[in-house]
Amino acid sequence: MLLSIPKSLWAYRGFILGNVKREFQTKYRNSMLGAVWNVLNPLAMIVVYTMIFSKVMHARLLTTGHSFSYSIYLCAGTLIWGLFAEISGRMQSVFIDHANLLKKIHFPRLCLPASVVCSAMLNFSIVFSLFSLFLLLSGNFPGWPYLALLPVLLALLLFASGLGVTLGVLNVFFRDVGPLFGILLQFWFWATPIVYPANILPIKLLTYLPYNPMAGVVAACQTILVRGAWPHWADLLPVCLWGLLLSGLGWRLFRRHSAEIVDEL
Amino acid sequence: MGSITVSSLGKAYKQYPSRWSRLLEWLLPGNQERHRLHWVLRNISFSVRAGEAVGIMGVNGAGKSTLLKMISGTTIPTCGHVSVGGRVAALLELGMGFHPDFTGRQNVFMAGQLQGLPTRQIESLMPEIERFAEIGDYIDLPLRVYSSGMQVRLAFSVATAIRPDILIIDEALSVGDAYFQNKCYQRLAEYKSAGTTFVLVTHSVEDVVKHCDRVILLKDGRIHADGSAREVSNLYLDALFGATQASPPGHDLPDADVLVLETINQGDVFMQRPGYQKTEHRWGHGGAAIIDYKIVADGGEYPGRIESGVKTSFYFKVHFERDFNEVIPGFLIKSLDGVFLYGTNSCISSNRAERLCAHAGETCVYRFSLEINLNQGHYLLSFGISTGNPAAELLPLDRRYDSVIINVGCKQPFWGLIDLNAEFDCIGR
Repeated sequence: MLLSIPKSLWAYRGFILGNVKREFQTKYRNSMLGAVWNVLNPLAMIVVYTMIFSKVMHARLLTTGHSFSYSIYLCAGTLIWGLFAEISGRMQSVFIDHANLLKKIHFPRLCLPASVVCSAMLNFSIVFSLFSLFLLLSGNFPGWPYLALLPVLLALLLFASGLGVTLGVLNVFFRDVGPLFGILLQFWFWATPIVYPANILPIKLLTYLPYNPMAGVVAACQTILVRGAWPHWADLLPVCLWGLLLSGLGWRLFRRHSAEIVDEL
Repeated sequence: MGSITVSSLGKAYKQYPSRWSRLLEWLLPGNQERHRLHWVLRNISFSVRAGEAVGIMGVNGAGKSTLLKMISGTTIPTCGHVSVGGRVAALLELGMGFHPDFTGRQNVFMAGQLQGLPTRQIESLMPEIERFAEIGDYIDLPLRVYSSGMQVRLAFSVATAIRPDILIIDEALSVGDAYFQNKCYQRLAEYKSAGTTFVLVTHSVEDVVKHCDRVILLKDGRIHADGSAREVSNLYLDALFGATQASPPGHDLPDADVLVLETINQGDVFMQRPGYQKTEHRWGHGGAAIIDYKIVADGGEYPGRIESGVKTSFYFKVHFERDFNEVIPGFLIKSLDGVFLYGTNSCISSNRAERLCAHAGETCVYRFSLEINLNQGHYLLSFGISTGNPAAELLPLDRRYDSVIINVGCKQPFWGLIDLNAEFDCIGR
């Protein structure tokens, strides 16, 4: 049964990739610059963060001295958080958003969350390539530890899609889940050391930080990109455990209630 | 390939008394059920052979769409199961799940990919799809600017771009204009002869008798009837209009002697008359029975052939078992494929001149006289007797639908079913 998922997703790869392509095409249709906007938006974000924080506010991280360090810290955190927020946020409404399709065509339903993951990864890779280019040009490229991003991303994908599918199924039956998660996400963002460094937190709060699975992921990215060092792999343990747990729960919920999803839409 | 087997299929939706009860059911330990099952379909079993065309009829809410959704796989049955052989293409609720923001072309690709077609194949089918849909430049505009007719054109073109083994259509075609409908039915006929099984939900009796071999009538979530298109579509009309359905005319005194002579025999000799159709559909509430009929044209009784345009009298004899203070005899003509050509009743044809009453034990003879201005061919006659107020509701006592077949000859050739006696002149030059 578990093996049949990758099989059916593979059989429908044309549909999944087509979804990614169509979404990309549709986003900027009727705009003159078209796909260029996909590049301009993140570029603007990187420029704003670096210009404002490093040149105007002269914000520095205490640990490392160079002028871009805080900007890189900020970008590393927000980019990885952005990927997480996009996947989980869009997945929680994926079945509701595609009600029309689900009611009319018979196809493996997990194609829809899979399309979300693919298109979020595409957006992320565009932004992240630009960011990497910036690192290279400004002489801050981390070197070999850059490769450690791959396992970090995989752990994040597991966690985000597990959470997303769980919420997605729940949201069909309990429509409060969507708005509730939106609010939760805001608190979660500020409870994770993304904008501020973890060491400014009081010791009391700091002991709770490992319970936030996103803290480990964000910290790993920051370690790699800001300090150019290998991450502490142990920090990723919570996110992997949560990821497995939620994927299991999501899968169980999906199997038990997939027949009812269409009835409820 | 192409067969459908449905066995003891049922579908129920869960209904919870309040918003919280589902949450409680999910969260609380122990498997206490807090919902009520609302059954929309129950105990549905039938099978469809490859290449057969089946119509599904029923009043709104009878469960037709739910049944189609289960056959096409979008809705999972609560009990029983469906097995289909081969590739299914379905047009449910007027669409293929098109996305309003995508262009027609993008939607075609999406629909194709959803059927598991590789992109290259969709590309090669694209010109044919565009040609068939005939929506011109709209193909590159987002779907939200389409009219519903254009959406159906595109959806039908995509669904049938490759001949499916099973094609399921839920009322979609009724949205298209007559030109496109005709085109669709042509394609369906082509595919049908190539072996495609075809399941159609429609409210049009005419479409069903024209295009389906068989009709399944659903009523209150169960199969009410399953049989030939003409037979079952009659039942459908009854289900729709119940007591108010068409009913025809009467007259008694003059000429009636022809039949009255034979009234000594009170038995039902209807079935021994020439032209009687065993496949008739007879129904009614009883209290009266149509027991005999006679056709007279050009002085001949039960003519083997009635010439178009010749005044013809149709007599029928009714035996009453109870008193009725108003009875309304009725009469109608249909083509062999079920097209309703003409119907009338005593009130209409006598201009409401007189009220007919009947007494228990009495036998009356009624006559409708008319010129059969029809093209050559065979036609089916129906006779009926009802009671009640013709302005409000009629209660059918005995109706014999499609009970007599007549053969009409026509010396003057023309096209179509009905002779409208056109005159032609050349006015100047």
